Amino acid sequence: MPVLLARYADTSFWMARYMERVENLARILDVTESFTGDDSGASNWASIVQLNADGKNFFDRHDVADGRTVVDFYVLDRDNPTSIVSTIRMARENARTLRPLISTEMWMQINMFHGWLETLKPSDLALPKLSRLCALVKEGCQTHTGIVEGTFYRDQGWYFYRIGKLIERADQTTRLVDIKYHTLLPSADQVGTPVDESGWNAVLRSAAGYHAYRRVHPRGMQPAKVAGFLLFDDGFARSASVCVRELNGLLTRLKSRYALRGGNHALERLDEIEAMMGDQSIEAAIGSGLHEFLDFLQRQLIRLTNDLGTDFFGYTDATSDG
Amino acid sequence: MAHRPKDLALPPRDSGSTDLLADYRSDGFYDEIFGNDDEHTRATAEVRQRLAVLELTDLRRRAGDAEREFHNLGITFLILSDNEAIDRILPFDVLPRIITASEWRDLNAGAIQRVTALNLFLHDVYHDQAVFKDGIVPAELVTGNENFAEQMIGLDLPFGTYVHILGIDLVRDRDGVFRVLEDNCRCPSGVSYVVENRHMMQRAFPDLMADINVRRVSNYGAKLLEAMCEIAPAGTGDPEVVLLSPGTYNSAYFEHVFLAREMGVPLVEGRDLLVDDDRVYMRTTGGLSRVDAIYRRIGDDFLDPLAFRPDSLLGVPGLMAAYAKGNVALVNAVGTGVADDKAVYAYMPRIIKYYLDEEPIIPNVPTNICREKDGLAYTLDHLDELVVKPVGEAGGYGITIGPRASRKELEACRATLLADPANYISQPMVPLSVCPTLTDEGIAPRHVDLRPFAITGESTWVLPGGLTRVALRKGALIVNSSQGGGSKDTWVLG
Repeated sequence: MPVLLARYADTSFWMARYMERVENLARILDVTESFTGDDSGASNWASIVQLNADGKNFFDRHDVADGRTVVDFYVLDRDNPTSIVSTIRMARENARTLRPLISTEMWMQINMFHGWLETLKPSDLALPKLSRLCALVKEGCQTHTGIVEGTFYRDQGWYFYRIGKLIERADQTTRLVDIKYHTLLPSADQVGTPVDESGWNAVLRSAAGYHAYRRVHPRGMQPAKVAGFLLFDDGFARSASVCVRELNGLLTRLKSRYALRGGNHALERLDEIEAMMGDQSIEAAIGSGLHEFLDFLQRQLIRLTNDLGTDFFGYTDATSDG
Repeated sequence: MAHRPKDLALPPRDSGSTDLLADYRSDGFYDEIFGNDDEHTRATAEVRQRLAVLELTDLRRRAGDAEREFHNLGITFLILSDNEAIDRILPFDVLPRIITASEWRDLNAGAIQRVTALNLFLHDVYHDQAVFKDGIVPAELVTGNENFAEQMIGLDLPFGTYVHILGIDLVRDRDGVFRVLEDNCRCPSGVSYVVENRHMMQRAFPDLMADINVRRVSNYGAKLLEAMCEIAPAGTGDPEVVLLSPGTYNSAYFEHVFLAREMGVPLVEGRDLLVDDDRVYMRTTGGLSRVDAIYRRIGDDFLDPLAFRPDSLLGVPGLMAAYAKGNVALVNAVGTGVADDKAVYAYMPRIIKYYLDEEPIIPNVPTNICREKDGLAYTLDHLDELVVKPVGEAGGYGITIGPRASRKELEACRATLLADPANYISQPMVPLSVCPTLTDEGIAPRHVDLRPFAITGESTWVLPGGLTRVALRKGALIVNSSQGGGSKDTWVLG
């Protein structure tokens, strides 16, 4: 049975994470731009910095977080490792390493996508053009996803790719809910005050979930229901529940198909996460502290990555995070 | 020399149907399309006719498309500049170089002869050293060479093959005679361009290629894998072959990817491998996995910090010990650099005669060995006509090009020659052949060379054709990519 280099498993995992991360970031920038015509503009832009835990890095460079500075920082700033251009550059470096493994079409698309981003100038980021730019970035990521689906040979490399993508997606969704829930609902004593519908609308759109949510909840826009949908819905592709369930299945199949000894810790951890999410209702989670719940979930995802690193990627000690 | 009937009436320029090659003249050099005899002229007639009806604008458009596609496909080499890695494509000229069936018959036989002699020579050098004792090659030229590997003495290799992959640099003189300019016995590169250039031609010029019987080059990877399996240590039923690369920042990384993919084997770096109990393993998701044969694209010096350069981070500690035990095969073998040195090159005709009792099928460029009395005397008498080269690894350093040197430079050359004649060889300047090439001023002659690739496991197979490099600057004789060289597809007609 063909073996897979530990380094390739690591690289495939991270290539997927970077591509997923960029798609999410582009969507959030786009939605923020569309929904900040009104009142809470500045806090929305600032929450993107918070979402990516980039506070220090960002405020070292900018005094205020507004549309211009946040977009500059997250799209073309090569010195910011979390910008779209930096992340795609890393994804492309990974793809370059993986060229013996991935399809020519996968490589070519990432290579051209990266080449296009490199040609962008600051003037292309002007807010009126931002939405179109974000649409093109999302499209680039989704084209990648489609090419992967149709051409990536499904051996070990593909499994690690899928696992990376799903961990990143679960991470992005839990962060989004965590940050937005508190931005939009500052404190418990505000319960009963009119809900900021457009804000929640934007959160759903940031996760490409608005219409899906509407099918499940045709009327109203209740914060708890939105959070519950994003975290627990069984049919929503970006919900934390769906990601964790798929992860569990993938890792189980990977281990058995390729007779891999490692991965037991990761599987146990996924079982734990699944059990915890299965037992939990959104109301209970909110009642006992949504932030604490999400924080725990995120820590578990980081530990999961470390488990994989030690067992499969050849890390000598667990030192990896995004 | 290119001959076209001069009395042929050319259609006026603005008629829109100019014969693309009508104004082409090869300036007195041997021309790779027009040739100098009936056989060549007949063999290339069909291609020339098809080329003639192409429009220059169409040709330029297709050339532009091909260039873009090379870029998008990442068929590039890396240049490091200001700490940034820049991807460059090897400029591709869309007009093919054509080798006829009978020309190839000789080149194929000549390449096999050459690699056979080189392997016998290397085996002898690292075993009985009869070639020294019989006074064919001075021992110190080889044993004093920095590429001589003590570790190889007495080591027996499967089939006595040292040079599993040989790249022979050939030039063609004014009379159309192919001559060997240099052997590349270590890690000859460029074969990926041979195959990719062909793919590109098939996409960009299906009309030019249709029904022309061009010998295929796409099976290079399969042939290489076959040879590697032949030389893998005995007892490994289905040997694990890997390609060892210095990594993604190596300028030839694309070629490493290409070869690994074509062979369907893992592309590894030194950090992926380890040696335990004189056996080589790679680190996989399932733990350590045995490795039997390594196509290494890393120089001897960097292969094993325990045996060679201790500061090398690219290699694998203990690899030489595993190799010496016969637990792993290395391609090419260690210590082959003594055979492609300029000093030894000069002796190749005698080496071929000594081991095979044959005359070289592909002659060398005439070379005067200055350590020998006659060679020195001739060189001193014809200094202004000759290229004087120091032997050893100087690579372009200390070369005096007689026809272009000043009187003062010639006198300096004479002095250094007399001080240490053994360190020099001299050769006439070769008027490299030309091939029609798409340039800014239209179709114009540009100088070319040819690097065929020979693969040897138990026996030798030569890739039909090889890499044609072209000096894109007018009049330039240096075909290296660093000096503005590009490449062409090379067609061996069936």
